[in-house]
Amino acid sequence: MKILVPVKQVASIDGDFTLDGAGELDPRALHWQANEWDAFSLEAALQLAESSSAGEGFEVVVVTVADEHGEEGLRACLAMGADRALRVWDPALAGVDDPLAIAAVLAAVARREDPGLILCGVQSSDSANAATGVALAGLLELPRVAVVTAIEQDGGGLTVQRELDGGAVEVLRLSLPALLTIQTGINEPRRANLRAIKLARSKPSATLALSDLDLDVSDVREVAGARTVRLLERGRGEGASMIEGPAEAIAGRIVELVTRELRA
Amino acid sequence: MSGGVLVLGEIGDDGLRPSTLELIAAGLELADGGAGRVAVALIGADAPAHVQAVSVAGVEEVILAAPERERFEAHVWEAALGALIEARRPAVVLAGHTADSLGFAPAVAARLRLGFASDVTWVAWEQGGPLARRGAYGERLIAELDFPAKETVLLLLRPGACGARADADAGAGGTGASARISRVELDLDGVARTERIELREAPAGEVDIAKADFLLSIGRGVGGGERIGELERLARLMGATLSGSGPLVEAGLLSRARKVGQSGRTVAPRVYLALGISGAAPHVAGMSKARTIIAVNSDPGARIFDVAHYGAVADLFEVAAELERQLS
Repeated sequence: MKILVPVKQVASIDGDFTLDGAGELDPRALHWQANEWDAFSLEAALQLAESSSAGEGFEVVVVTVADEHGEEGLRACLAMGADRALRVWDPALAGVDDPLAIAAVLAAVARREDPGLILCGVQSSDSANAATGVALAGLLELPRVAVVTAIEQDGGGLTVQRELDGGAVEVLRLSLPALLTIQTGINEPRRANLRAIKLARSKPSATLALSDLDLDVSDVREVAGARTVRLLERGRGEGASMIEGPAEAIAGRIVELVTRELRA
Repeated sequence: MSGGVLVLGEIGDDGLRPSTLELIAAGLELADGGAGRVAVALIGADAPAHVQAVSVAGVEEVILAAPERERFEAHVWEAALGALIEARRPAVVLAGHTADSLGFAPAVAARLRLGFASDVTWVAWEQGGPLARRGAYGERLIAELDFPAKETVLLLLRPGACGARADADAGAGGTGASARISRVELDLDGVARTERIELREAPAGEVDIAKADFLLSIGRGVGGGERIGELERLARLMGATLSGSGPLVEAGLLSRARKVGQSGRTVAPRVYLALGISGAAPHVAGMSKARTIIAVNSDPGARIFDVAHYGAVADLFEVAAELERQLS
């Protein structure tokens, strides 16, 4: 069985930054790193592949929709144990970071690869839409479960647990092909050793253009769910009245506030 | 109805979720801005039982889609929401950014090519269409979004962020006033499905942090867990219930029942004392309605200071030790 694992490099703003008059951010303020959730979805895929009975071939394919910033993340996935990497890019996709648009591209990849299972992270840490995976399932009309915290193989299907609000857990069974979005904490992602990192260099990796997927850039842009008008700065600390002084003074004020509020 | 606002109520195992009333309040605000009339849709076998609760003044219609499913099932809800949208063609659909919605709403948006945004914290009706705001770059910035050329825009609103403090006036439920009731029939042939095997409730005998008046809540700032005992002792001494943020629960340092925020509990205690909590969006979603929020964090840039009423930049263990000394 083939397992497809979509991943992304996320952008964070670590230092100072300024927005220009049009509410746009200078891309030089951005730092790129692997999305935290993706290590868990890839680990889940690798564990499923490893636990399969001997003789049943598993292939774990990672895919990203990104410019060359995506290469580093794919290499790390190959070093962790993925068998093959795909990067989809077209210059016309620059600036497209919409979950429905990305899902449309991933759907074309999935139709070409025909995986038995797709494992996405629940969300990315930069835009936190928590939408791309389930949108992809919708486009492919796949059974899916979102926010999964445990997976077991169960005959020809899977038994999974999903997190509900309030600490309860729902146990569900679904048949394959299917898509799951994976929550952090489901497993302990392995770290690649030096040998694996070297080995990764010889693993197959390909870059696809939209035309290779029979997609037109206007198809992708039209399905985007939203357009960013501008970026705004947040009001910083406007709500909090700050308590100054040493720990003793802070503790004293906290006791005073708690006592007053609980009595009121 | 074509145009207008369709609010998708959410029914959980314990009845109508309070976030539904926030969604209705946000819908009514959009209507005030010119979005058209407001209808509330309820999906589920027991939807008819909640008609009165959502018949808040200003809601013109309650639409019931009642598949023969006692409990939430993502694929059935996907089909139901799709049918509702195709039947009514609303300008805006409001649903909650919740564990259930995340399992089907993005699929509906992708299939029907809707305008879409999730985890929305602000929405308004401007120049003939919705304008929404949500976090960007890990909430360092806010992105303002519009939805050109989209006939219908589906927005998932962060619980507690929009619709003002709707609980005050709508909390007791609707007046059952003048809302018209209608039904949408569903064709569920060929709908993919998952089979629910069981529901494991949060472990019995566990604490219910949503009922506590005073929560002492801890986050990543406590480190590897060696010193959590000090904070448990402090909570007991202060008469507080201990709770915490997601990372501590995922690291196994705190039980799942004590988790505040997305996929944990939404709490609104009188006092929320946050020690070493950075204030990431999933956490804030669950505690921003606390009456008084006091935050201690060593990082002066921590987001928690944006929602806290009182803040102190300090080492949480030093403050905890002082609190213990002063209260002993």
